[in-house]
Amino acid sequence: MSLDTVKHAAETPDVEQPWKELGLKEDEYARIREILGRRPTGAELAMYSVMWSEHCSYKSSKVHLKQFGEKVPVNDAMLVGIGENAGVVDVGQGYAVTFKVESHNHPSYIEPYQGAATGVGGIVRDILAMGARPVAVVDPLRFGAADHPDTKRVLPGVVAGIGGYGNCLGLPNIGGEVVFDACYQGNPLVNAGCIGVMKHEDIHLAQASGPGNKVILYGARTGGDGIGGVSVLASETFESTGPAKRPAVQVGDPFQEKLLIECTLEIFGEKLVAGIQDLGGAGLSCATSELASAGSGGMRVELDTVPLRDSSLSPEEILMSESQERMCAIVEPQHVDRFLEICEKWDVIATVIGEVTEGSQLEIFWHGEQIVDVPPRSVAHEGPTYHRPFARPSWQDALQADDANKLARPANAAELREQVLKLVASPNQASKAWITDQYDRFVQGNTVLAMPEDAGMVRIDEKSNLGVAMATDGNGRYAKLDPYTGAQLALAEAYRNVATSGAKPLAISDCLNFGSPEDPDVMWQFAEATRGLADGCLELGTPVTGGNVSLYNQTGETAIHPTPVVAVLGVIDDVTRRTPVAFKEEGQLLYLLGDTREEFGGSAWSEVVHNHLGGLPPKVDLGREKLLGEILISASRDGMVDAAHDLSDGGLIQAVTESCLRGGKGARLVVPDGLDAFTFLFSESAGRAVVSIPRSEELRFNDMCGARGLPVTRIGVVDGEEIEIQGEFSIPLSELRTAHEATIPGLLA
Amino acid sequence: MTARIGVVTFPGTLDDQDSLRAVRVAGAEPVSLWHRDKDLHQVDAVILAGGFSYGDYLRAGAISRFSPVMETIIEQAKAGMPVLGICNGFQILTEAHLLPGAMLQNNHLHFICRDQKLRVENAETAWTSDYSAGQEISVPLKNMDGRYVADERVLDELEAEGRVAFRYVDVNPNGSLRDIAGITNAAGNVVGLMPHPEHAVEPLIGTGRTDGLGFFTSIIKKLVNA
Repeated sequence: MSLDTVKHAAETPDVEQPWKELGLKEDEYARIREILGRRPTGAELAMYSVMWSEHCSYKSSKVHLKQFGEKVPVNDAMLVGIGENAGVVDVGQGYAVTFKVESHNHPSYIEPYQGAATGVGGIVRDILAMGARPVAVVDPLRFGAADHPDTKRVLPGVVAGIGGYGNCLGLPNIGGEVVFDACYQGNPLVNAGCIGVMKHEDIHLAQASGPGNKVILYGARTGGDGIGGVSVLASETFESTGPAKRPAVQVGDPFQEKLLIECTLEIFGEKLVAGIQDLGGAGLSCATSELASAGSGGMRVELDTVPLRDSSLSPEEILMSESQERMCAIVEPQHVDRFLEICEKWDVIATVIGEVTEGSQLEIFWHGEQIVDVPPRSVAHEGPTYHRPFARPSWQDALQADDANKLARPANAAELREQVLKLVASPNQASKAWITDQYDRFVQGNTVLAMPEDAGMVRIDEKSNLGVAMATDGNGRYAKLDPYTGAQLALAEAYRNVATSGAKPLAISDCLNFGSPEDPDVMWQFAEATRGLADGCLELGTPVTGGNVSLYNQTGETAIHPTPVVAVLGVIDDVTRRTPVAFKEEGQLLYLLGDTREEFGGSAWSEVVHNHLGGLPPKVDLGREKLLGEILISASRDGMVDAAHDLSDGGLIQAVTESCLRGGKGARLVVPDGLDAFTFLFSESAGRAVVSIPRSEELRFNDMCGARGLPVTRIGVVDGEEIEIQGEFSIPLSELRTAHEATIPGLLA
Repeated sequence: MTARIGVVTFPGTLDDQDSLRAVRVAGAEPVSLWHRDKDLHQVDAVILAGGFSYGDYLRAGAISRFSPVMETIIEQAKAGMPVLGICNGFQILTEAHLLPGAMLQNNHLHFICRDQKLRVENAETAWTSDYSAGQEISVPLKNMDGRYVADERVLDELEAEGRVAFRYVDVNPNGSLRDIAGITNAAGNVVGLMPHPEHAVEPLIGTGRTDGLGFFTSIIKKLVNA
């Protein structure tokens, strides 16, 4: 086929084009013709199709995401907000931290290992592109039922992929979650987060300005993998029939990425870069159009200079390829030689593929002939916007009326004991060590806390002991019952987890995983969840710095539970003051902070014992969360607590079991006045934590809580080799350990 | 004098910064060495750090072994310079035939990261003199290809000559023959092991113990007293 040049396109307006196959809608194709005043060339069509995909353009979600920019809390920490590769916050002492969570859901179902591996690779490059050294990763994961045969295909592949890639990059994996639910059977959620650290003056942005500056593509050669990944995979619903989608999944090479990281950091160190962007979804189409769009507009690229793995690739394929481990930098001419020299040192291929021009068009040439001539903003930032219809689902009222508080409760102490063991052994509450032990949590030598702690924490300055912490949380069951509250509960839990570790929450990133936006029920869930999150962030004072939306997580008509995952980043002045979860010291006093109510809607207990999902999720009181956070941070800083654990799914008994097993010590608990043993152990009321207090600090701790109005209840003492609920039952730690630790290996090993 | 201890960075080395830090924490001067540079910059000892040099492509350590810096290290090690290979560094040492045997993929076929208990079997090497024979220590272990194998004759020889330097205790995490976690050459200057002592030199960081510090204080004492 002859080359479809700009000139040719202008002369042949009636040529049939495969816009539909590329995932564009009819009116979108018409709009492209209108913008250009002619039909697009094949290369232009390829670019628009990937950049206007749901994944890249946020066309269904952006009218709702706007709220994150409109309801911004007053927060001095924010340095770079939404819109860049990742947000950046000030953590003091001249340091800035960038972090983000992204999804790689669809590829991970099709090809679990590579899908998950390249998810890690992509988020790490986003962080790197901001100018930061990546220092840690986290992985919130959701799979189908733990005992479903396909889970045994998907989960081990995903875990091996995350480990295989992240371990090889030398990034400690310090947190995340693993959740099982049948709703994720055909749509596992593989979210990946990364934290990076830099000095304020090292922040880099993705923009191409300064005519005459060179455009350098460096990293891996471009191949035929991942073509159309964003438009085909991430933006359409899976059908059970249809062609295999494997070729759309990218293939990663972590060794190449490790070289890319070190090479890029050395280049940053010498201040050789005027603008930079990583190549992820939509590959070169995205990098060139976004860089040009955010800069002065003009850019000229000679596409035939791009180093290829496969010389038969067409220009359209080169523009759409999502080959991994590539970056695109804008470099002033006098720095080009040194830039290339550093790349050579690290065995990284680097090629000048174009330059920034005076004009306002992105122009791409193929062997001297022009194949792209577009206004870059129209590709990158002015894609379609949809106001999708949404409406409260007809089934929502019935679901909420099916009250979990009315479910049959254990009739006696023996039944209660049995249900405790069943809960801590259930796949969602069981130890995930079999999974997290496949990740390197020690590399870089700065890990202070890692799974199964409430938050991951790394030291970022060896002299001052400054550190950062991160927790990710989400509860699709809560969000299904009430998406507004569910999103706030995810935010509250991640916030609480960070505070429990002793760090001060600063800002958030989110990964919003939902079904098809073309379904008004799903769109309502999305609208409610984003509204809940934006309102919650405003109240807690933690701005959204960026994130990612993953839609079309459904198979046929069935959508996943709405699953907003929230990552909260916190800072701690002195990591030696961090609070771990382990109860280690016999004789220390256990206090329950916060109020316990009869709240079982969406609870782990209702799932494990009754296989039930109905009613309302626990109430949210963000003012209380803030107060609880302040108390936990003060107590950590002033040495009043030795251990603390947040209370969330599974309630108090889950938290106490984890803390006892982690520390190797038992606990004797007394049911407080006004509560029954069942509610005490299993309620999932929010805004609570359990702390272990040295006796010498009891008075001071009580005084602090009293003065600030936080309800505290003394519930027991760290003691012995069993967990005893006085007057009810006791369970030896060895029995709890077997129940808690045998489940996951039993299902997956 | 202050001992100068070099740490090599190959493409794909990951724990080089950690090893440099451990050297510094123990009180010596850390020196970064680059794989393409044959010059060892007057260091008194060398550490080959952990990671996935050359992506572990072909075989762990198989490509690094041929890098320019290794030419000098192999020559100097034979002449008595102390060399410690940790994890991927141990794999490189076996590929370079400075130590016998080889590492295969873990018998459970997964990457494993855990706090691992070891027994120091030989406390007379350049890198273990600050421990006592039979002492048990806990340090992180993290690898994909950590299963130590050698033929029976070599294993018998290692045992007979006291060259099994470390053995796994409680749990053999990867199927290593005779629970071997690390070995030494006959002269005691070249030591390799799969677990990571450099991740256990500061309280609070990693496992929160400092059981690995002895490797670095051992070598410093030896160098300073030499």
